[in-house]
Amino acid sequence: MSELLVCSHLSKRYGSKQALNDISLSIESGKIIGLLGPNGAGKTTLIKIINGLLKPTSGMVSIGGYQPSVDTKKIISYLPDVNYLYHWMTVEQIVSMFSEFYEDFRTELAYEMLSRLGIEKKARLKTLSKGNKEKVSLILVMSRNALLYVLDEPIAGVDPATRDYIITTIINNYNPSASVLISTHLISDIEEVLDDVIFIKGGRIVLHNTVDEIREQHQKSVDDLFREVFKW
Amino acid sequence: MTWILDKKRPLCPQISEQLCILIASGQLKAGDRLMSVRDVAVAASVTPNTVQKSFEQLEQTGVIYSKRGSGWYVSENSEIAKTVLSGLIREKTKAYLDDMRSLGLSIEQILTNIKEYSYE
Repeated sequence: MSELLVCSHLSKRYGSKQALNDISLSIESGKIIGLLGPNGAGKTTLIKIINGLLKPTSGMVSIGGYQPSVDTKKIISYLPDVNYLYHWMTVEQIVSMFSEFYEDFRTELAYEMLSRLGIEKKARLKTLSKGNKEKVSLILVMSRNALLYVLDEPIAGVDPATRDYIITTIINNYNPSASVLISTHLISDIEEVLDDVIFIKGGRIVLHNTVDEIREQHQKSVDDLFREVFKW
Repeated sequence: MTWILDKKRPLCPQISEQLCILIASGQLKAGDRLMSVRDVAVAASVTPNTVQKSFEQLEQTGVIYSKRGSGWYVSENSEIAKTVLSGLIREKTKAYLDDMRSLGLSIEQILTNIKEYSYE
């Protein structure tokens, strides 16, 4: 397994606020990793730096050997934490937009997943339920044949059925040469599907280990440990 | 089948145990083909790496074997799976007895309760 994502001594400062403080980590291919931390811990800042949307104040990040750039946009499939789809578009239009934007987009796979959900090609995004919008966003992101999938809070605010759908879709699209980085503060819902977890607190990594190692060492779930680490 | 996993214990041994139960109880027989890694991962909602590791460990202990390119099969020797199952039965029974004793029940009262409630 090769190192897919490497962050070394990453720091990000917004004025006087230190959002990330000396973050170093590496992620191999073929893993599903949870980036866990309470709101304001720095999860989204880290994700935006990985995606090249923010520049670090210091330190460096490389994905598949490239610095964040056009090259890394080709290999990272990113689901932001806010709805970014044009609500007036139809499902068909958004699919064709993605297939034009991304060389690695698998249109057939996208339609297969959409039809399994009973979502019509001609449906406008604004007519879909919140849960279905989330599912469409995830389908678009997972339909790319990327090396790194970065999902920012994919399960926040969705009903349990949608959450199960999201988890199943992530497992079904598992590919040993790609990794999935999922940020969330809802750990108990998702910890079984994670290989590794990274706890981030006040812009620092406080723990990086496998789920089974954590359970073995602490005799408790990752969620229980999380609640201990992040007590306030 | 439903996969009931304890949140406090590592996942990999739990997947192995559940597969051993299927084999020891005869739901999976010698020579039967196992579900794929992905199918088990989806059914149990766990990462495919955990299932893969569990299959590899079961192969090392001789419970299952792999055929190149065609998946995993239950081996002829079901003794290990049966040992795992009886170990689980022993462990769970002891835990139940400890619980009941901590509630102040004697073994006779526990047996009476088991008989009474098993008809419900």
